[in-house]
Amino acid sequence: MKIRHSLVAAAAAASLALTACAAPEKEKADDDGGAGGVAAAKATSVADFGTFDDLVKAAQAEGELNVIALPEDWANYGEIIEEFSEKYGIKVNSAQPDASSQEEINAADQLKGTKRAPDVFDLGQAVALANTAKFAPYKVQTWDDVPDAFKASDGLWINDYGGYMSIGYDSSVVPDVTSVKDLLKPEFKGKVALNGDPTQAGAAFSGVVMASLANGGSADDIKPGVDFFADLKKAGNFLPLDPTPATIESGQTPVVIDWDYNNAAIADEVDTWKTVVVPEAAVAGYYFQAINADAPHPAAARLWQEFLYSDEGQNLYLEGGARPVRADAMVESGTIDAEDWAALPQVSGEPVVVTDEQTAKLGEYLAANWAKAIR
Amino acid sequence: MTTNQTPTATGGRTSGRPSRGRAAAPAIGLVPFVVYMTIFLVVPTVTVVVGAFQGPDGGFSLEKIKALGGETALGALRESLLLSVSSALIGAVAGALLCWAVLASPPASLLRRVTTAVCGVLAQFGGVTLAFAWVATLGFNGLLTGLLADVLGTDPNGASWLYGLPGLVLVYTYFQVPLMVIVFLPALEGVRPQWREAAANLGASTWQYWWQVGFPLLRPAFLGSALLLFANAFAAYATAAALVSQGSPITPLLIRASLTSEVVLGQSDFGYALALQMVLVVSVVMAAYAWLLRRTSRWLQ
Repeated sequence: MKIRHSLVAAAAAASLALTACAAPEKEKADDDGGAGGVAAAKATSVADFGTFDDLVKAAQAEGELNVIALPEDWANYGEIIEEFSEKYGIKVNSAQPDASSQEEINAADQLKGTKRAPDVFDLGQAVALANTAKFAPYKVQTWDDVPDAFKASDGLWINDYGGYMSIGYDSSVVPDVTSVKDLLKPEFKGKVALNGDPTQAGAAFSGVVMASLANGGSADDIKPGVDFFADLKKAGNFLPLDPTPATIESGQTPVVIDWDYNNAAIADEVDTWKTVVVPEAAVAGYYFQAINADAPHPAAARLWQEFLYSDEGQNLYLEGGARPVRADAMVESGTIDAEDWAALPQVSGEPVVVTDEQTAKLGEYLAANWAKAIR
Repeated sequence: MTTNQTPTATGGRTSGRPSRGRAAAPAIGLVPFVVYMTIFLVVPTVTVVVGAFQGPDGGFSLEKIKALGGETALGALRESLLLSVSSALIGAVAGALLCWAVLASPPASLLRRVTTAVCGVLAQFGGVTLAFAWVATLGFNGLLTGLLADVLGTDPNGASWLYGLPGLVLVYTYFQVPLMVIVFLPALEGVRPQWREAAANLGASTWQYWWQVGFPLLRPAFLGSALLLFANAFAAYATAAALVSQGSPITPLLIRASLTSEVVLGQSDFGYALALQMVLVVSVVMAAYAWLLRRTSRWLQ
């Protein structure tokens, strides 16, 4: 999912250091663990372990959890990992925080059968739906809260958090942005960056879809979006630079097209940073959560799922500016963090969700035309 | 001269004809190296070749090879060649001139020792470090960008050319010039003053000497060095990866895209075909390099 190539792997080092400190309480007992082992790998709900406490015990007996491609500054994953690790005393090994969804699957293939294989995945739509054979079915306790469109009926995957494609900008540097076409104005010369290459990164891909919608295209026709970026490039406004929190804070990328939760998170660092979801082009996208069928720590993987879909886990996503998938149910039951919920960027207009078939088709067009457009 | 004495000295020693056992002994020392080469050079190359001709079902297929003719792949190859040729040419010419200037001072002089030492370091200064050095200097918030804006009135926001092909040519040239000095200096040193004296005795002008003696002698060495520079630029990846994030303009970046893409799936196997293409280009270049090197050694000993 998050191809970012932030070259200083500070996040990686930091998360490793953090998790390394997080006291592995039970180093012994990989073999016993009651319901652990084979039973845990086949468990499709908490009931298969007995009670929730039995699941916790089985996970603690495993003692570790391998996650991959979770950047600390993406949807609040840094804190989510920390909270989980502290709450259950399970050591979380976070590998390759800046890897892409495809690299998550590659890692699972290459490390299959070893203790280092990822236990859980957090994937972009296209990669997730192409690899369901690698997932283990599991339904979390809060399964019923999640609308049917956001989960596989057999429990193989479930959406975790989502957001809208947005334009983030430093209001002290550029005038207010109200539409995508604003970005063509001369005030934006050398200032507009896209998070990644759209032929590789899901976020950038959705950014081009957004530009397409704003220029008369649709979820079936991405050409106007590619043309828009070609115009942006011709106008000298398009930055061929990969934006990261570091480039934003240092002022190198004053305007960034990215998911609203990533843009919203910047406001904590840059006071004048604003995030807008353009009404005429609201592109929504959810990420996919799944358990690796060959997880070396099957119980811990399931406990991680339970944690992510608990009120606590969902509110942690929200704290990072992402829209948790259980949001509607949590608003109803009053368990959502009202302040964070109200702070999300306003969205008007009918949101567009690109389907898997559309992604494949648009992706092919991009692969053939993107490089030409921005050359 | 020492060169005349060496053959007789070694000839005396080897005339005793060593037994087969003693001849095999040095080969044992080579074993770790051969094992290493097999694991890290032969196996990957074979994997690439096999993978390039394999269909999705595992059988033989030319599908991926055909895909190399696609517009994106061809475009990347063209840009890759353009980048390698231009940075190799600039590096070769600038490096040769630098060699010539350095040779004007005596061998033990400070200038010469400093130049060769600096070149030895800078020729290895590539990758992400180099990319960052340039971004910090000429990038959007670069040191020089601001200075140029103040003094010359250029765009204070900087220009995006550094993050595209022109930027890559500039940055690659940075390690190409020192590399040229390292590989070309010995050849230029091999040119004997006697040849020049002989030419002068026969009434040749400086121009005539260079045109009819110097250049023809140095041509194979020069071309060989330029080919080495070409291969060096063609295979470089990290610098480009750190600098260019959009559009994968060159083949190594296209390979990255095919491996990591989460938008266009089923492309990872195409990386094999792209890698095979690169192996082929570099093989041709290296064969030409070896041939030129033989021709050089005929004269410059």
